Amino acid sequence: MDLLIPDIGLLFWMVVVFGLLYFILSKFAWAPITESLKEREDDIQKALDMAEKTRIEMAKLQADNQKLLAEARAERDAILRGAKETADRVIAESRDKATEEGNRIILKAREELQTERQAMVAEVKREVITLSLDIAEKILKKELSDKKSQEELVKSLVAEARLN
Amino acid sequence: MSRFLIRKAFLSIVLFLSTLAAVTAQHDEHHDHGATGEKKKFNVGDMIMHHIKDDHGWEFAHGLTLPLPVILYTQDKGLDVFSSSHFAHEANYNGYVKEHNKIYRAGANGEADKTIKVYDFSITKNVASLLLSAALLLLVFFSVRKGYEKNRGKAPKGLQSFLEPVILFVRDEIAKPNIGPKYAKYLPFLLTLFFFILFNNLLGLLPGGANLTGNIAITMTLAVITFLIVNLSGNKHYWAHLFKPTGVPVALLPIMIPVEIVGVFMKPFSLMVRLFANITAGHIIILSLLGLIFIANDLGGSGMGWGVSPLIIVFSLFMNLIELLVAFLQAFIFTLLTSMYIGSAIEDSHEADHGH
Repeated sequence: MDLLIPDIGLLFWMVVVFGLLYFILSKFAWAPITESLKEREDDIQKALDMAEKTRIEMAKLQADNQKLLAEARAERDAILRGAKETADRVIAESRDKATEEGNRIILKAREELQTERQAMVAEVKREVITLSLDIAEKILKKELSDKKSQEELVKSLVAEARLN
Repeated sequence: MSRFLIRKAFLSIVLFLSTLAAVTAQHDEHHDHGATGEKKKFNVGDMIMHHIKDDHGWEFAHGLTLPLPVILYTQDKGLDVFSSSHFAHEANYNGYVKEHNKIYRAGANGEADKTIKVYDFSITKNVASLLLSAALLLLVFFSVRKGYEKNRGKAPKGLQSFLEPVILFVRDEIAKPNIGPKYAKYLPFLLTLFFFILFNNLLGLLPGGANLTGNIAITMTLAVITFLIVNLSGNKHYWAHLFKPTGVPVALLPIMIPVEIVGVFMKPFSLMVRLFANITAGHIIILSLLGLIFIANDLGGSGMGWGVSPLIIVFSLFMNLIELLVAFLQAFIFTLLTSMYIGSAIEDSHEADHGH
């Protein structure tokens, strides 16, 4: 039964050695080791968190980019559309103006033509009157020489005039 | 399933053989007492006890003994320090006699005088092994700590990366789940406990190693420290549970309270016996197996001794592997139970609501 009776000397040494071991190890080994482990775990956690955050930020950035691009595209479209509208308007305006101007010119030309024709007609009338007076004078002169021929002449003149 | 069966079969064979060895050893002992003179027969029991128990001087092999300092204190003579090798040469040295591994004061006739109390603080084989393991622990964990300082912010290397999973295992699998959020305060003790038991279990498996963790004084010290830590950190729920269990009829209290109080002492006691018995039993089995060779030698001549050796070697190799597992297992169990006891002592009153 010797085996089951604790030896006082061994008990003493065990208490001393284990106590010292506990004290030294906790102070100089366990404390720094557990601290380092904790630190590293925190680091890893932080790195993972950071990666997650970066990923989200990247996604957000990409979305922003997409949005920006879409906006730019929309703006470009708007500008193009505006430019086209302006161009169309300018063209339409100039066409209207040109038409109006043309019309105006034509109208004016027509008016001028009218005036000219009237002037021409007046001239022709005047010529005719002069001619008629000349003819009448000649006839009148002939009538004075021969009555018969006078009559014939009037007759032929009248016939001529009628023909005219 | 089949692997489990094979393991069970192996275990039963080993158990059977070890029982056989014990029986044979006893038989042998009886024989020894009966026989007179002749050639001294091999005694397995003595051999095993010699290996398991403590000794002044560290015997690595027959005739190769490292002398260790003997430190004695008696009230009248005071402190006496001398080498254990003196007892190998003479029975009575400096007024002391060694008898059955115990040192007594020599009486007038040269016989041991057992009336005078001798306090033996010798650096025995176990104390030397204890000091060696302490030095080893310090060496290993200072090197590990240096690894953490050197590889700060880098991956662990060498010894550090070998022991880190074990440290993390103690922290994450033993301390954290059983103690709860306040585990950090007890972690240094649990780590010291775990590695102390593990290192000494493994050192004990080495040839010539001391049976330190299979010594009742060692396991008793560990158990008493656990007992003190558990009961000194017990909160009011713990004590209330002991003396005023909720939901127990008043008539049952005279039974319940003594049972609970016995339980308080039973827990460390079971820790003490479990480690001691497991490690000592392991040593006894291996030594018995090896002893079988010499028993065969005695019974059937040297041919028989050589004949059974291969089989015995296979079995003792197998047992050594089992012991390797047990070395880890017992360190784990002792630490696990300690943390569970601490956990139950500092737990908030959740436990009281259970079972209703």
